[in-house]
Amino acid sequence: MIGQFDVLTVIGQASLAGLFPRGIGQYAIGGVLIGLGVSIIYLGTAITPGASTFFESTLSYVSKIPRFNRAKYLATRDWRLVFTLSMVAGAAVYALLLGEGGWTTDVQPWRLLGGGVLVGVGTRIGKGCTSGHGISGLASLSRTSFANVATFMAVAIGTALSMQALGVTP
Amino acid sequence: MSANGTRHPLFVPLIAVGGSLFGFGLAYSGMARPEIVLDFLQLEDLGLLFVMGGAAAVTGTVITLATRHLDRAPLTGDPYGKRERSFDRSVLLGGAVFGVGWGISGLCPGSAYASLGIGNYPILLGIAGMFLGAYAQGYWRAYRQETDRTVTPSD
Repeated sequence: MIGQFDVLTVIGQASLAGLFPRGIGQYAIGGVLIGLGVSIIYLGTAITPGASTFFESTLSYVSKIPRFNRAKYLATRDWRLVFTLSMVAGAAVYALLLGEGGWTTDVQPWRLLGGGVLVGVGTRIGKGCTSGHGISGLASLSRTSFANVATFMAVAIGTALSMQALGVTP
Repeated sequence: MSANGTRHPLFVPLIAVGGSLFGFGLAYSGMARPEIVLDFLQLEDLGLLFVMGGAAAVTGTVITLATRHLDRAPLTGDPYGKRERSFDRSVLLGGAVFGVGWGISGLCPGSAYASLGIGNYPILLGIAGMFLGAYAQGYWRAYRQETDRTVTPSD
């Protein structure tokens, strides 16, 4: 006969394995490293960085539209370029030292391009993305950011489940 | 940043160190893989909660301590503050549009940069899409402002 605690243990392990089939180690460690990167910049400069303002600030190099050439973009476009390139470099270091390196995604090109366009539009309308609202904003306990994150999480889960139901893979 | 344009010599190097850690962390967490993000959004692997949660917890602790106990940032002289954006309908509309894009592609800006660093060159399509989208949104807003002076800027 199985004891009460054995049953609980089995249920607990099954649901943990079901919800987290890859475990949680890589996710938690990666998250802490991301937080340290944001924190170092914040402690040194008081800037709460986000990844998506890079688009407008970089467009100011090539577009004459005043919207992309506002003072706040011109003043930050050089360090935002450095910030983004260093993110590319940091990931390259991971791939060379620890990662399997050199993989490419199987997600179809139309999904990458079409999804990318909507990501570009949405982050600009919504004043931030997964890093600006999802990390710096949540860390600031900003109600605006909580509202934005709750919205994009719910809509993204609905969209991904719909795509899956329609049989779109990968 | 000081008004006369001079910056602390360590400003850009610090941004580079922070950005590198950020990119390394994104790669380590698996978030740079669109497949893993889509697994999360299809509720098959909820591990990504620990990425955003862990990052926000570390950053939140630092922001809380700095705003309470520290005065000004050494490299800029700026006071420590929180990230606050004004709330209006565009926050929800933008979140919804971003959510559809994220759900279709598994891509967000930071994870796309990191993915490129890993050698995932097809992600350039996604990054090109993001620039196109940001340009279209800016162009539209500029056009709207010219034709309708009553439109108020959102940020």
